[in-house]
Amino acid sequence: MARDGATAGPRAGATVGRCMAQVAMVMNLDKCIGCHTCSVTCKQTWTNRPGAEYVWFNNVETKPGVGYPRGYEDQKRWKGGWELGRRGRLNLKAGGRLRKLATIFYNPELPSLDDFYEPWTYDYEKLVTAPLSDSFPSARPKSQLTGRDMRPVHGPNWDDDLAGAAVYAAADPNLEGLSEQVRMEFEQAFMFYLPRICEHCLNPSCVASCPSGAMYKREEDGIVLVDQDRCRGWRFCVSGCPYKKVYFNHRTGKAEKCTFCYPRIEAGQPTICSETCVGRLRHLGVMLYDADAVLKAASVEDDKDLYEAQLSVFLDPHDPDVLAAAERDGIAHDWIQAAQRSPVHSLIKRHRVALPLHPEYRTMPMVWYVPPLSPVTDAVHATGYDEADPDRVFAAIESLRIPMAYLANLFTAGDTAVVEGVLRKLTAMRAHMRGVQLGDPVDEELLDAVGMSARDVEDLYRLLAIAKYDDRYVIPKVHAEGSGALMAQHCSLDYPGGAADSGAHTQDTLSGTPSLPGLSAPGGGSRFRDSDGRVRFNLLGWNGTAPAPGLFGDSGRGGDR
Amino acid sequence: MSSWDLWWWVILPYLALVTFVVGHVWRWRYDRFGWTSRSTQLQERRLLKWGGPLFHYGTFAAIVGHVLGILVPESFTRWLGIPENVYRWFSSIGGTVAALAVIAGVAVLALRRTAVPRVRATTSAVDWIALVLLAVVIVLGAIPTMGINLFGSGYDYRRSVALWFRGLFAGDPDVRAVSHAPLIYQVHATAAWAILAVWPFTRLVHAWSYPLWYLWRPYVLYRGRVPTHPTEPGTSGRRWRRIGAGY
Repeated sequence: MARDGATAGPRAGATVGRCMAQVAMVMNLDKCIGCHTCSVTCKQTWTNRPGAEYVWFNNVETKPGVGYPRGYEDQKRWKGGWELGRRGRLNLKAGGRLRKLATIFYNPELPSLDDFYEPWTYDYEKLVTAPLSDSFPSARPKSQLTGRDMRPVHGPNWDDDLAGAAVYAAADPNLEGLSEQVRMEFEQAFMFYLPRICEHCLNPSCVASCPSGAMYKREEDGIVLVDQDRCRGWRFCVSGCPYKKVYFNHRTGKAEKCTFCYPRIEAGQPTICSETCVGRLRHLGVMLYDADAVLKAASVEDDKDLYEAQLSVFLDPHDPDVLAAAERDGIAHDWIQAAQRSPVHSLIKRHRVALPLHPEYRTMPMVWYVPPLSPVTDAVHATGYDEADPDRVFAAIESLRIPMAYLANLFTAGDTAVVEGVLRKLTAMRAHMRGVQLGDPVDEELLDAVGMSARDVEDLYRLLAIAKYDDRYVIPKVHAEGSGALMAQHCSLDYPGGAADSGAHTQDTLSGTPSLPGLSAPGGGSRFRDSDGRVRFNLLGWNGTAPAPGLFGDSGRGGDR
Repeated sequence: MSSWDLWWWVILPYLALVTFVVGHVWRWRYDRFGWTSRSTQLQERRLLKWGGPLFHYGTFAAIVGHVLGILVPESFTRWLGIPENVYRWFSSIGGTVAALAVIAGVAVLALRRTAVPRVRATTSAVDWIALVLLAVVIVLGAIPTMGINLFGSGYDYRRSVALWFRGLFAGDPDVRAVSHAPLIYQVHATAAWAILAVWPFTRLVHAWSYPLWYLWRPYVLYRGRVPTHPTEPGTSGRRWRRIGAGY
């Protein structure tokens, strides 16, 4: 269902446009150790299937580096995302609708599998079945495309930790414009990790590129999904996404992408990449935004204004006007409360320490990053940094022009002032908290220099450094009242707290012994809710131990306990 | 009319048409997940760059040619005042251009499918059947277009094959007309019916999904979270395959 131009009617004259909620993520890059746990758990959860071997919904890149697929940030070549047309209108960089239909038989911007890597496995069976011999048997690499022998030449993370820096780091598109000599110098001082998932953009160019209309943004939580039954494999989403986070399953012939673990989000749980993050660097929370303002914000003239433009789209969940608009547009009360407690909102809008990845693609990404200070302080230490004198680190931040310009190319379309402001805040936070630990008086000058109060800084410290589970993840559950009758047709719901458990509706569902659904329910999976809403007895799921009410016809209210 | 004729020119076409219609309904209801263009551009792009567009655009031209030549009655073009001579030259030259494009495209694509291991591995058995039938139809369609109508003495299919073909849809096929046509037209038509019969079970279904409505659609789509009925066991069609399963 399209929502464009829906400004008339109930919202006429209102100051806030259509208010929508988005579950967004912020990653604190200072804490990423590049362990790839997020990638591995994500793969185990979502893409350990044939055809998806090369698909990494989550991957961790070493920066500077070429990324995955190699050189994906080079939009001169891949033409992903949007660009501003001559009359100020936003156009898909790869061309409009007619061009898409004309190039549907061969998409010139589609990366080939070799830009990712040819997936392979090993002939492990040989290790066990090889005949007795003097030499050790070896497991040979086999292509998962053809089953033939192959020689792996690229992998998903071939440039991890700047492996072969001269080849990989120098090929980073974000280094464009930095002179060769500076590059080599800074490679010695500067490296960090960039975990990437789908950005679940507010203005998704993959959705706009899909000719079948199979991709959509969910109204409730802003998650961008592919309808597998409507995808026809035209593959324009793959080339349309500037982050190259839509993948083509080479066996099913359909597009797949990061789902933001929507089944977990719906249940109020963090995504699997967040849940398993060793560094606890991911934050999840709700952002309220003005959907009617997105297109205008994405169409500002100067790339460097895109960061501020996107900030202006986000709504303040404490503003009474916003609250009224949220209520008007059907956002549930617990979602508004979650938005008020959202760590993501705090980091993005209140403290302004999180930045979007490549805002110049004009897709309004919703996975933001707190830029890393660690490599900067490392470099500062090398020049004799004194912990007690934060002024020197401020000065050092400024003089570190190369990392700043590099970070700016990643996060602010080249505006170093914004990155510098964030790094100053992070430095001030460290200095202030160090003072607090040592019982020093509060350095008002330091706080004034970054425009934060002591309370702000301590709140930021709580979010970034302490980062308790409940502070990192504030995820309201989906509102699915009434859908249970449909979902319950083929699964037993008579476990404690389930829809068929009448006790759950009268007493606290959290008390009592927790049990796994289907394993310890009395009577086994012997009851189900029929399409008419009645609980009926299912002989096939009966384990023979519990009573079998309703087995012989309908006595009163079916299988209700 | 022999029973042989009846089989080839009446029963087979109707069987094929019924299979075509019922097969599509079945596929749409039970295997929308498998309904895809099944692109292999990811695996191989250099040959596809030429083969894909040549074949598809050539096929569009050939389809338009068939509509003009077979579905539009001769009496209609005559009523428009187009002399037979003009029609014949137009159709044979236009047909030749289309045929050359299709043949060049299909040659590249066939090379790609047989000689590139990555592409070859994605081809299912029913796809091989469809591709072989397609090759037969194309070759046997191109030969009369160029050999008979462009360079040869010409054969007025509009008075024989076309009458029979249109008759099929009117419920009154003119079997005599087609049974006296040259053999090459007969084989061409029979292979075409065979393609229609296997069509719903192959990747050819993607032809019906050419996304024209994209031209009018808003760019960004929003959709609500809809609770759906779980599918009945055994009717959900193909889903993602088991780990270790072949193509």
